[in-house]
Amino acid sequence: MADRKKERVKVLSQECIADGIYSMWIESGAALLAKPGQFLSIYTKDKSKLLPRPISICEADEERGRMRVVYRVTGEETGTEQFSQLKEGDGLEIIGPLGNGFPLERGIGKRVILTGGGIGVPPVLELAKRMECKEKLIVAGYRNSQTFLRDEFEANGKLYISTEDGSVGVKGNVLDAIRENDLETDVIFACGPSPMLRALKEYAAEKDIECYLSLEERMACGIGACLACVCKSKGKDPHTNVKNKRICKDGPVFLSTEVEF
Amino acid sequence: MDIGRKTGTETDLRVKIAGVEWKNPVTVASGTFGSGAEFAEFVDLNRLGAVTTKGVANVPWEGNPTPRVAETYGGMMNAVGLQNPGIEMFCDRDIPFLKQYDTKIIVNVCGRSEEDYCQVVERLADEPADMLEINISCPNVKEGGIAFGQDPKAAERITKAVKRYAKQPVIMKLSPNVTSIAEMARAVEAGGADAVSLINTLTGMKIDINRRRFVLANKTGGVSGPAIHPIAVRMVYEAAGAVAIPIIGMGGIQSAGDAVEMILAGADAVSVGTANFYDPAVTMKIVDGIECYMKENGFKTVSEMTGLAQ
Repeated sequence: MADRKKERVKVLSQECIADGIYSMWIESGAALLAKPGQFLSIYTKDKSKLLPRPISICEADEERGRMRVVYRVTGEETGTEQFSQLKEGDGLEIIGPLGNGFPLERGIGKRVILTGGGIGVPPVLELAKRMECKEKLIVAGYRNSQTFLRDEFEANGKLYISTEDGSVGVKGNVLDAIRENDLETDVIFACGPSPMLRALKEYAAEKDIECYLSLEERMACGIGACLACVCKSKGKDPHTNVKNKRICKDGPVFLSTEVEF
Repeated sequence: MDIGRKTGTETDLRVKIAGVEWKNPVTVASGTFGSGAEFAEFVDLNRLGAVTTKGVANVPWEGNPTPRVAETYGGMMNAVGLQNPGIEMFCDRDIPFLKQYDTKIIVNVCGRSEEDYCQVVERLADEPADMLEINISCPNVKEGGIAFGQDPKAAERITKAVKRYAKQPVIMKLSPNVTSIAEMARAVEAGGADAVSLINTLTGMKIDINRRRFVLANKTGGVSGPAIHPIAVRMVYEAAGAVAIPIIGMGGIQSAGDAVEMILAGADAVSVGTANFYDPAVTMKIVDGIECYMKENGFKTVSEMTGLAQ
């Protein structure tokens, strides 16, 4: 029953893959359980920073018992900056995998678009690797020409790119890329900043497309107990009994028509 | 065989709080542990002295807009706003869940008016809860709640009102956002409180200098965690000097040492809150650590240590 715990893991590698963006592989048995769209609670060693940093799983390698996170360093003296200074062999404490993950089964036999914007791009990779569907289109939105994970995406689907500065692919955001390339689909799976997700929610409603969004919100416990990370829901949630859902536990992935944000 | 153990020093972790016996002096702080279901995956609830549940009101409360939490140096700040499923669902689902475990159940009650509190307390009279903790100190509620916890007359009045309906022993949870915690403790004792618990969170604020905005949607929030521990110890000491009723001490406890400190200051039992977020099994370590300290220092019971500091 009480068999989950905070796990001590080893850092296998650390690499800077774009300005301020790092890729870290960690050795962890949790790789066997990880589903695309789930996240890890990663703790700093810094006693002044107590709360876990929730970071999406970018890739899970079941065979070799390791997981990859790709994350942005959010500033000086932040937890993510401390993570970026870890090297091979360093230890780290995590709890995970957490969250519900993307419903892969909704893509079976369908045309799907997997889309990520900004720091929402990394979780799309494991999703692309595991998605079995009729047609798989990946739409990745970047700020500029630093199109990290591009090669991995190209190996796992048909890739379309948007960049805010127009240096690669369509100028603008992922929705611009979808429209300009006239992409048609049955199901959208998305991860990214709230404005992007709001735009996709509207677009999906307009086109009557089934759409799953990975939301985020400031978290504390990460396991569904403290009620910090809620999002408004259309209907009453059966657990909370109000129109709020816990992003860490009931999410982070929600059907777009179920949530308001 | 235990070498170095004094003869007959069988440590007994049991404590009696207002007539209710806990197997050990450790409970969890309301709001940090839900009603136990989520943490049951990480912690053996049977090993806790008591589980103090999230505050419950007479009707479901949605709580505050997000962001509801922020990290602070050595702590955190929250303005969750007492989101809860309401007393009916709580009685249907959360009490039965906790009854599966060999631990005492302390139901935390919140409300916006005296009537609200009394309605919940009355509803709980026939439920298998062991104790009630009345939350008059949460600083996030705009109406009612904050007034009770900061005015001694109002605190005494609400205590009296709740005691009229309560079947279980009543613990009044005190706010630290007051001029004199001793005065507040005395006020609730005069109102008939069977015990007090303290401290709740300290009101704080955080501003994001890059966005030039308040970090919490509510602007202010309750600060908790190790950073507030010295304030909590001091207040427990002051309350212990002011009242005869039992004291449950909390505020930034993250180790057995912190818990022992609280007990030496005057607490009969301790509550662990924010630490659960960064070490889900911390309560187990604290129970074990208290026992270790008692063995190493020749204490047979927790009450022998209570208020011993001088």
